[in-house]
Amino acid sequence: MKLKHRRLTFVLIGLGLLGVAATLVLSAFEEAIVFFHSPTDVIEDPPADDRRLRVGGLVEDGSVERGGDTVVRFRVTDMANTIPVSFDGVLPDLFREGQGVVAEGHLENGVFVADQVLAKHDENYMPPEVADALKRSGHWQEMQEKMQEAGQIEGSRYQ
Amino acid sequence: MHRFANPSRFVRLSRLFEPWLAGLTVTLLGAGLYLGLFASPPDYQQGESVRIMYVHVPAAWMALFCYTSMAIAAAVGLIWKHPLADLGAKATAPIGACFTFLALLTGSLWGKPMWGTWWVWDARLTSMLVLFFLYLGYMALHNAFDDPARGVRASSILALVGVVNVPIIKFSVDWWYTLHQPASIVRMDGPSIHSSMLWPLGLMMAGFTTYYLWVMLLRIRGEIVANKIRVLRLRQVHG
Repeated sequence: MKLKHRRLTFVLIGLGLLGVAATLVLSAFEEAIVFFHSPTDVIEDPPADDRRLRVGGLVEDGSVERGGDTVVRFRVTDMANTIPVSFDGVLPDLFREGQGVVAEGHLENGVFVADQVLAKHDENYMPPEVADALKRSGHWQEMQEKMQEAGQIEGSRYQ
Repeated sequence: MHRFANPSRFVRLSRLFEPWLAGLTVTLLGAGLYLGLFASPPDYQQGESVRIMYVHVPAAWMALFCYTSMAIAAAVGLIWKHPLADLGAKATAPIGACFTFLALLTGSLWGKPMWGTWWVWDARLTSMLVLFFLYLGYMALHNAFDDPARGVRASSILALVGVVNVPIIKFSVDWWYTLHQPASIVRMDGPSIHSSMLWPLGLMMAGFTTYYLWVMLLRIRGEIVANKIRVLRLRQVHG
């Protein structure tokens, strides 16, 4: 075998082994790599009351309640399960019903008390007129459903 | 391929290409920036902040593209001992590092108004930071040896090892729950960006790519000339 062929084989085998090792490590640490947990995860495997974690999902339509004080209450859903969240602080601009959020905090008697709420935005970009036209013609729902089926809109990932 | 290994032929060719690449870069970036920053519509959710995308996405794309090119060049240099491949990898590293830094910076500026935070340790952001450190490590290792040939070898191996990070960055948003949204352009059912925004984005990506090619040729040519000067100096000394 020529020297350069030996080097080529060596590099290819090395890369292959490296890929296997990376896959093993990443799948072993999956729990540590995920940035948040879905409401279903939290309900199925409830954490201790003082353990800090992040819960992510969509803000359920019609669930946002602003009391007289600065506390905001809403529910985070993954379309299968929901978790009530209470938050005392400044919400990001993108926070709205139907939008993805990630809340960081801890569980207290079944209510998730968040001390930080981050907004997630989806991967769709379009001018407002196009979004309006889609909504008016009824294609909006259709598009959302199509994307949920394709498993590509965030909400569907929590299912 | 070995036809282009002749440095003087390479210098001649790259002199020919450079003005064209420079012209293309200026035109594409000019048109892309005008369309992206002024002529394109605001986003239905994000409003005017979406314009950061026209710099952020091409920068992130180039960060990955440069790394992949650098790793391929490093492999060609290691396996076939192609001298220009080593120079290509070395020339690419600082350009890629700058693109990565630009992607991290613009991402942070975009994250604050949209997500509500400058930085989170989610899989996409963290793997991108690792990419930045890989570039820095490559450059440091390249210069860490008295014998330049050993520096080239060690840094080429690092570049190849770091290549596992490239698919991790690309698919991080699909494999794990992240704050970063999934891909908008390279995806199964076509881009999810409206054509009025996709056009300026495409121009910016093309402009960043020609910029990279232009600066890379320039840097390789600089290295070749620097080598020539070194040889001449040595010859003078040893007279």
